[in-house]
Amino acid sequence: MTMKLLYSAKNILSFTQLKLFMLLLFAIPSAHADWQLNMREGVTEISRTIYSLHMTIFWVCVVIAAVVFGIMLYSVIYHRKSRGAKVHHFHENIYVEIAWTVIPMVILIGMAVPATGTLKKMYDQSDSEIHIQVTGYQWKWRYQYLEQEVDFFSSLATPLAQINNLEPKTENYLLEVDNPLVLPIGKKVRFLITSNDVIHSWWVPDFAVKKDAIPGFINESWAIPEEIGIYRGQCAELCGKDHGFMPIVVEVKSQVDYEAWLAGQKLAQIETAKSAEKRWTLDELMVTGKEVYTKSCAACHQASGEGIPGVFPALKGSSIVQGDPSEHISIVLSGKSGTAMQAFSDQLSAVELAAVITYERNAWGDALGDIISPSQIAKMKQ
Amino acid sequence: MTTGTEQITAAEIETAEAGQNESFEGVQADTDKHTDATEHHHGPAKGISRWFFTTNHKDIGSMYLWFSLVMFMVGGCMALMVRTELFQPGLQFIQPDFFNQMTTMHGLIMVFGAVMPAFVGLANWMIPMMVGAPDMALPRLNNWSFWILPFAFSIMLMTLFMEGGGPNFGWTFYAPLSTTFAPPSVTYFIFAVHMMGISSIMGAINVIVTILNMRAPGMDMMKLPLFVWTWLITAFLLILVMPILAGVVTMMLMDIHFGTSFFNAAGGGDPVLFQHIFWFFGHPEVYIMILPAFGIVSEIIPTFARKKLFGYSSMVYATSSIAFLSFIVWAHHMFTVGMPLAGELFFMFATMLIAVPTGVKVFNWVATMFRGSMTFETPMLFALAFVVLFSIGGFSGLMLAIAPADFQYHDTYFVVAHFHYVLVPGSIFSIMAAAYYWLPKWTGNYYDEKMGKIHFWLSFIGINITFFPMHFVGLAGMPRRVPDYALQFADFNAVSTVGAFLFGFSQLLFIYNVVCCIRKKNQASKQVWEGAYGLEWTLPSPAPYHSFTKPPKVD
Repeated sequence: MTMKLLYSAKNILSFTQLKLFMLLLFAIPSAHADWQLNMREGVTEISRTIYSLHMTIFWVCVVIAAVVFGIMLYSVIYHRKSRGAKVHHFHENIYVEIAWTVIPMVILIGMAVPATGTLKKMYDQSDSEIHIQVTGYQWKWRYQYLEQEVDFFSSLATPLAQINNLEPKTENYLLEVDNPLVLPIGKKVRFLITSNDVIHSWWVPDFAVKKDAIPGFINESWAIPEEIGIYRGQCAELCGKDHGFMPIVVEVKSQVDYEAWLAGQKLAQIETAKSAEKRWTLDELMVTGKEVYTKSCAACHQASGEGIPGVFPALKGSSIVQGDPSEHISIVLSGKSGTAMQAFSDQLSAVELAAVITYERNAWGDALGDIISPSQIAKMKQ
Repeated sequence: MTTGTEQITAAEIETAEAGQNESFEGVQADTDKHTDATEHHHGPAKGISRWFFTTNHKDIGSMYLWFSLVMFMVGGCMALMVRTELFQPGLQFIQPDFFNQMTTMHGLIMVFGAVMPAFVGLANWMIPMMVGAPDMALPRLNNWSFWILPFAFSIMLMTLFMEGGGPNFGWTFYAPLSTTFAPPSVTYFIFAVHMMGISSIMGAINVIVTILNMRAPGMDMMKLPLFVWTWLITAFLLILVMPILAGVVTMMLMDIHFGTSFFNAAGGGDPVLFQHIFWFFGHPEVYIMILPAFGIVSEIIPTFARKKLFGYSSMVYATSSIAFLSFIVWAHHMFTVGMPLAGELFFMFATMLIAVPTGVKVFNWVATMFRGSMTFETPMLFALAFVVLFSIGGFSGLMLAIAPADFQYHDTYFVVAHFHYVLVPGSIFSIMAAAYYWLPKWTGNYYDEKMGKIHFWLSFIGINITFFPMHFVGLAGMPRRVPDYALQFADFNAVSTVGAFLFGFSQLLFIYNVVCCIRKKNQASKQVWEGAYGLEWTLPSPAPYHSFTKPPKVD
């Protein structure tokens, strides 16, 4: 086959053409050439076991392929009419047929045994020390540390300008988030995975953890990270427009650093609650509001507030945005069931909510002059 | 490789003809005479009504094949749009929502519009000729099952121009993305799927009735050509699973418009139920797209190896076991949905079992070539590429069957590479091979062999450049169905895009070759290929409008 391939390729493409083609192929510019060929081994016992299973089955396939394609290639070269090969009429041989049924069976059983063992280990949830609920949202992740009062959202940090090729792309393009999940080293962490809207899939290749996040159901998975570092993954199940833009970043820290981080998180929560009590001016709210809008609303309603006709409604000129503030606030806080509009009550702080609602009511030329105060929102949240 | 040895001369064929299909001898003269006498009575109608009202298996077969070719080009253009966007990181040409519509439509059109109708077209053309019948058993049903299709696909394509766009939830349309969160056009999509399903079921009924009732005297089941056998099994699969697809889209319709909660957890339903039902249809569906291909390759390899198929009966049994197994492996598409351990293990073992009958098939083809006397005309080149590249797809399938490893492979480009290896050099190459193999019988003319070979080599190189690197990016961690990707995947994606354009544009050669073959007079003999065996080769080229008006006798 291969010889034939080369031989005929010569007939089709002259060597100069071939060279030109190869040149075209390899001259494609790219800043971060990588050419990674294989799976990562990862940093957990399970991920390394899976890697070795993957390599074993790969080599089994390579050997079978070499034998089968070898015989085929031999026939193609030697049993061709142009070499004067005469037909040997033979067919149906029960011994050969039994052999090529039984031998693959044996190989398969040989593969099934270690695979079963690994799978059993992956399903063993016992002795977990830390429990984290992972919830998929269109298009971000929420992490709730069930033993701690820590709860936050994690969304893409890559600026839109990089995605739209207006700025050069940085190293972790599309694989960076604002708030990474932080884990301590060497602890068995159990992930309880679910979703708020459609099906997502939480995947960290270095932990060999991939589980679908399904609305209304809770899936489990676990990992014991063995090395300090930053591990990046992505949503693996098509979940709508921005499926490609909801990465997962996990930072594994030492126990001491992890505890410091936890303390910092709790402190920040108190700070946020306090800032709601302050008096905010329209200008201040508009500035914060624009930031929040870009991060949390623009994916659907668009930066212009015009939405996408037939998919996501426009805010500009909308009767809700221009009408009674309490209806506007309640939709932002509680979402609208049966649509892609999420409840933002848990996702954003009172200040952020007040700012974004104020922004929506005053941007795009509507200028109602309304000020929605954070304290008003804080009251409604309770 | 000189063309001289492979281009069969007319003289060679005449001598071959004397001995080749001797079991059918004596019948031939009758058929010829009959055809001559009746042709002016039963010829095709004139003008456009020939195509609208035809009940002739050849006309309907041709329409199916042309329809499939058009859909192949439409679906191919969508694939090229996807590949263009993926040429470099960043969003350059299309926006994510439209990107999702393109991947979805590409999948739906290629599966339901290109591969399935092409196989039905081949079945229409070849089954009556191979079993010694004048036509299909249910000719009016045949007309209807074809004419539904253009309407179904018009509706489907129309959705792209509707407010909110077309289906954007992937060809597997997982709920609730395809129900609660779908664009309004999803209702049209559901209607189109229903129509396609009706068309497929009617086509399948026709195939079964024809094969079971219209065989020539002496054509026992275990003498049926393998293409007929594989199609018979495929037809049973179709009848069994298309109603399930219809059921699942109806449940979607109910959820969307009539307040039910089959797939809505908030109403007590289960989104995973959707996946179970879908894949209970979907897994047999992938065999629907490959079993007829096995049949085609099992016809072509013996012809060009000039040697009988190594194990006819084991091929029949292997095909049947693959068909049976296809019903008990569906959840291997769902290893990450959180099934209980026992479920994972059952579906892993059952899936691994499929490698056995599939292996039997590949070994049979290789044993058929072994110590044969091979020539390498275009159909044979496609069939050989099929054996090698389909096997590569099979190997990656075996890797995917290992459930723990699947947690890393699932929903990555590794899966995309896998199923494109079984579908493009699998199903599509077999359809190409079949077209080249039977074109002289259909048109009465030889196609241009040299152009056919160039088409083959460009396609072969093109698809490998396109799909092989996808294994690498998949293993390196690139999820499927993303419009943009991290920088480390950039190089291989650029390579894939170059390959896709090479493959896509080389198909224009195929169209040109087919059109020339229909127009140009390069009279093919009755036998066409020196080593060809079967009833279809006892008919003149082109085959008469009514294939066998008198049943041939088969010893």
